[in-house]
Amino acid sequence: MAKQIVKALDGAKAVAEAMRQIEPDVVAAYPITPQTEIVQTFSQFVADGLVNTEFIPVESEHAAMSACIGASAAGARVMTATAANGLALMWETLYIAASLRLPIVMSVVNRALSAPLNIHCDHSDSMGARDAGWIQIFAENPQEAYDNTIQAIRIAEHPDILLPVMSMQDGFITGHGVERVEVLEDKAVKEFVGEYKALYSLLDIDQPKTFGAWAFYDYYFEFKRQQTEALSKVPQVVREIGKEYGELSGRYYDLFSAYELDDAEVAIVVLASTAGTARVVVRKLRQEGIKVGLLKPRLYRPFPGKELVEALKHVKVIGVMDRSIAFGSIEGCGPLFLDLCASFYTYGNGKGPQIVDYIFGLGGRDILPEQIEGMVKELLRIAETGKVPYRVGYLGLRE
Amino acid sequence: MAELKGWKELPLGAVVLEPGSSAEYITGTWRSRRPVRDEEKCTHCMICWVYCPDSAVIVKDGKVQGFDYDHCKGCGICAHECPVKVEAHAVTGKPGKVIQMVEEV
Ligand code: SF4
Ligand code: SF4
Repeated sequence: MAKQIVKALDGAKAVAEAMRQIEPDVVAAYPITPQTEIVQTFSQFVADGLVNTEFIPVESEHAAMSACIGASAAGARVMTATAANGLALMWETLYIAASLRLPIVMSVVNRALSAPLNIHCDHSDSMGARDAGWIQIFAENPQEAYDNTIQAIRIAEHPDILLPVMSMQDGFITGHGVERVEVLEDKAVKEFVGEYKALYSLLDIDQPKTFGAWAFYDYYFEFKRQQTEALSKVPQVVREIGKEYGELSGRYYDLFSAYELDDAEVAIVVLASTAGTARVVVRKLRQEGIKVGLLKPRLYRPFPGKELVEALKHVKVIGVMDRSIAFGSIEGCGPLFLDLCASFYTYGNGKGPQIVDYIFGLGGRDILPEQIEGMVKELLRIAETGKVPYRVGYLGLRE
Repeated sequence: MAELKGWKELPLGAVVLEPGSSAEYITGTWRSRRPVRDEEKCTHCMICWVYCPDSAVIVKDGKVQGFDYDHCKGCGICAHECPVKVEAHAVTGKPGKVIQMVEEV
């Protein structure tokens, strides 16, 4: 195992540190709370001559992603970072990056979308982009944010994939929360990510290429099918790289992580930092003899439905915790609930646990262990009586 | 048009690997009106050639030869910009300019 240095870093600085070690060819970015710390820290590295990266300060996030697309098409290794309304402003270009098969890595520090104006954490920003063709990975803490950033480069640039990756962490909670982070040596990271050689490059003047030409009803459909094919190979690649990274760092990564799930009767499914809070609750309830488990998805797009069904099919009731609303979806549920229900319908052989959705933490609203405990008690009542009082509930909402 | 390829055969990301291959893409079928030129009265001033957005005015040795109807989309810009007037156009018989637009049949 490689040597590591322990540092006190918040999630944003941990990502900036990973970016320094990766030393991409180009970073084009625009600051936005709570992501600013990443771009600010990284641009300082550039100014101090610690990295040999071309830093492009742009006038908006639309321009940031556009510059990333141009640089990536030219054959560069490209990274950026954003959050919330900035991600929303990238909308058009997100689809273009994925469709042109450009392996850009973007850090997203999750923040609620306006209105009302809010700078705190929820997942409405990246969830809105879940159909854009990007790979999406969620981190629980600064350590995972650091580790995922490094792995994201390899996932994006894998020859079977060639798709952009969005690497998420929770705004403020993780982004500005200082924790103990084990950092690899620069050399180890450089070796792990290796050198990037683009499949096609705009700067290859001996073999000129056209990027972003059109395709009508005669060809467009075929290119979309190619994207789906590439996404279908992502889980396998994420696993392989997670294992290789584990051998290097001692921290192994998979599509999801499970806690006390094997003999669980009820399970909590939740993304990102809240999984840490939920784990504390599970540990406490287990001591009281309650059979509750936790599943934290890491890879969200493509959604590893088959694997999640396999991991969860033995439980009686699942409480999904959604930190955003998929507005207009059934009962006003969240996206994680939708994906999990669809997965059980598709892979569950017509059988499956009861699944209840709990919307929580919108706009940075605190989620407390007692609230999660109350939710688990409710799941146990459902398991016992078979009666589901509601399909979508709310945690920490005032009536 | 060439045989259409399946999704497994296409370059990733719709990248076009062959320079100048747009010439193979026949766009003339979009046209609802076509430009016609009065060859005799054309002064070969090249205004139509300069203005055509589809490079569909064919020129050889400094002389306008006609139109590339595989790629002319019938926008009518050449007919609008042609500076030379005629009393009776050789093709349409109508007064107007050396280039005039007629219905596509
Ligand atoms: S603009 Fe009219 S006159 Fe001039 S070259 Fe074209 S057709 Fe001839
Ligand atoms: S009609 Fe338009 S496309 Fe056709 S030759 Fe004239 S200018 Fe070019």
